[in-house]
Amino acid sequence: MNYLDQFAFQLYPYIVMAVFLIGSWARFDRAMYTWRSGSSQLLSGRGMRLGSNLFHVGIMVVLGGHLVGLLTPHSIYSVLISAPQKQLLAMVVGGVFGLMCLAGLGILLLRRLTNPRVRATGAPGDTLILVLLLAQLLLGLYTIVISSHHMDGGVMMALAEWAQRIVTFRWGAAAFIAQVNWVYKAHLLLGMTLFLIAPFTRLVHVWSIPLSYLWRPYQVVRRRQPALHYRLRS
Amino acid sequence: MKVRAQIGMVLNLDKCIGCHTCSITCKNVWTSREGVEYAWFNNVETKPGIGYPKEWENQDRWNGGWVRSAAGKLIPRSGGRWRLLSKIFANPDLPQIDDYYEPFDFDYQHLHQAPEGRQQPTARPRSLISGERMQKINWGPNWEEILGTEFAKRAKDRNFDAIQKEIYGAFEQTFMMYLPRLCEHCLNPACVSACPSGAIYKREEDGIVLIDQDKCRGWRMCVSACPYKKIYYNWKSGKSEKCIFCYPRIEMGEPTVCAETCVGRIRYLGVMLYDAERIQEAASAPAEKDLYRAQLDIFLDPSDPRVIEAARREGIPESWLEAAKASPVYKLAIDWQLALPLHPEYRTLPMVWYVPPLSPIQSAAERGRVGMNGELPDIASLRIPVRYLANLLTAGDEAPVVRALERMMAMRCWRRARNVDGVEDLAVLRQAGLSVAQAEDMYRYLAIANYEDRFVIPSAHREYANDAFGERGGCGFTFGNGCGGDSPADLFGQRKLTTFAVQPTRREARETREVTP
Repeated sequence: MNYLDQFAFQLYPYIVMAVFLIGSWARFDRAMYTWRSGSSQLLSGRGMRLGSNLFHVGIMVVLGGHLVGLLTPHSIYSVLISAPQKQLLAMVVGGVFGLMCLAGLGILLLRRLTNPRVRATGAPGDTLILVLLLAQLLLGLYTIVISSHHMDGGVMMALAEWAQRIVTFRWGAAAFIAQVNWVYKAHLLLGMTLFLIAPFTRLVHVWSIPLSYLWRPYQVVRRRQPALHYRLRS
Repeated sequence: MKVRAQIGMVLNLDKCIGCHTCSITCKNVWTSREGVEYAWFNNVETKPGIGYPKEWENQDRWNGGWVRSAAGKLIPRSGGRWRLLSKIFANPDLPQIDDYYEPFDFDYQHLHQAPEGRQQPTARPRSLISGERMQKINWGPNWEEILGTEFAKRAKDRNFDAIQKEIYGAFEQTFMMYLPRLCEHCLNPACVSACPSGAIYKREEDGIVLIDQDKCRGWRMCVSACPYKKIYYNWKSGKSEKCIFCYPRIEMGEPTVCAETCVGRIRYLGVMLYDAERIQEAASAPAEKDLYRAQLDIFLDPSDPRVIEAARREGIPESWLEAAKASPVYKLAIDWQLALPLHPEYRTLPMVWYVPPLSPIQSAAERGRVGMNGELPDIASLRIPVRYLANLLTAGDEAPVVRALERMMAMRCWRRARNVDGVEDLAVLRQAGLSVAQAEDMYRYLAIANYEDRFVIPSAHREYANDAFGERGGCGFTFGNGCGGDSPADLFGQRKLTTFAVQPTRREARETREVTP
């Protein structure tokens, strides 16, 4: 295991987590006016309904699958599903929704690059994250091809062990990554980098999934509180 | 009874001359910025016409406002909570910028900088969105001004429902009126109910509906949910914006900019007291035609001692109760029932009301073309079809429109008889159900329309003002952090706020350089 592996898979994750969490907090606190989804649907709705829906549904399932799949300890689900079965499940679900996400992302990226209104009004960061997401998605889909060469679930278990060791602050996590195919390494690195830049791009809107809408009352009335209180000094 | 106060507005369409002063002053103050250059918090439409944005009244297309379900429950027309969240990635009901208009400016600098040539230089239009040359401007904020465009296009106006509209395409039969529009600051706002982030709220003390710019995440559901299409998505900041009823002015006891600058003196601002507990009940009246009456019923009489006592219990200040007693809005909407709500069938209980226009009727009557109904010209044979006004103002119920028009006409007949013939024509007042005192007041408020009578606005109380010490050295009204747009770079993607300027695209700038020696 060389020093680059040690940095990329043992230290870099913590740098990413720190920047992601502190950066998001700082933006929320310091510059909430910039916290937005950044939709350009008003300027051109063409391709939005298909592209945006495919992309978002695809990426939510894929991201959710990664979180659950990597962070759930094996002992919890081992009675339900064996490692090879779980790998097959991950490949099928990830493949289907990954392709869905890819189709949507393709439409959105094409729109961003060719639509004159969207191109003129968008920020460079908007295009950057779409390109990075595309690269990440293609790497992810390629890992499915690589995984099909070893269906025993071993690599998957190693990756999950790495993730669980990282989030539980244990040393020696990088050792689980050192021997895997370069595709997994590249996918991990780019994935972490996406989290690294998230606080500085429109990606922050993933924090704001408005689930509270489901139970808040329809009407919102704000009462103004008196800011000054007149009373005699005792 | 839960008493709440709101500043309401009434617009006397009878006196609107369509000069757009309200729109221009409003734009200069609030929306002369990049991102909202297409947005008009206040705009004046010529009716009949499809309006701004195109066909805003067609709720089959935009799904704005509320509907009453078979069970009597009030639900947004675009669907319940899960339906709304499922549309969050791409709102199928969102208007496109072309439904408003593509904002443009002209290459004025070219007039100064054009090289010597054989032709006069011209200032050609350029899109303020993409910066590209626009060969032809297809639509603008007021494209239908004074019956511009063909009748076939204008006739898509939904207020023609249940009218044989074909005859109004003929030159002799045509009619028009102006309709200035702004946010209605509804009692049951549909935009508030549609905001996934809960960023839109109604202020309890004065009823002004605002969007919290910090909490807004740009989910843009409010844009389609507002049936009046009075919420605009700022494409630059990624936040929605709307008419703020000039709340900094209202808090100081001053009228809104649109009302202050109205040269026709058609706007009135005053306090209305209403029973907040009965909003749901009023908004879910079974028949659409009952909605106007239902909204009238929840307004409270400011001189009723029980109302005053209940209002004091809610903490409404004395100055507000005094203002409510002198409210011109109360007089116009309740006392005389001249003012009517705009499209009550959207079930939002709007708070900007309109006095229907009379003038075209009177001039027709004077030419002896219409029959008389007792002492008054017959309202039913007038130039602007009563049905059209009823579709606009009372969900199709003609009776309140006829009553309002008759009262205005009676007031004029009575004044004319007194001033010209020197007689007190009480019969005409009796027919319209007015007392002499009421007619005197109507004359004072509608014809003279003094500033102090039109605007009775209590100022906000000192206790509610923020402690100004913390604001020292600040720069007042800004967007985001600091003094807005001055910092060269921002870590979090804050974009420089500028007034807009025509920016040719890079390709076009290059081409221009190549052509120009």
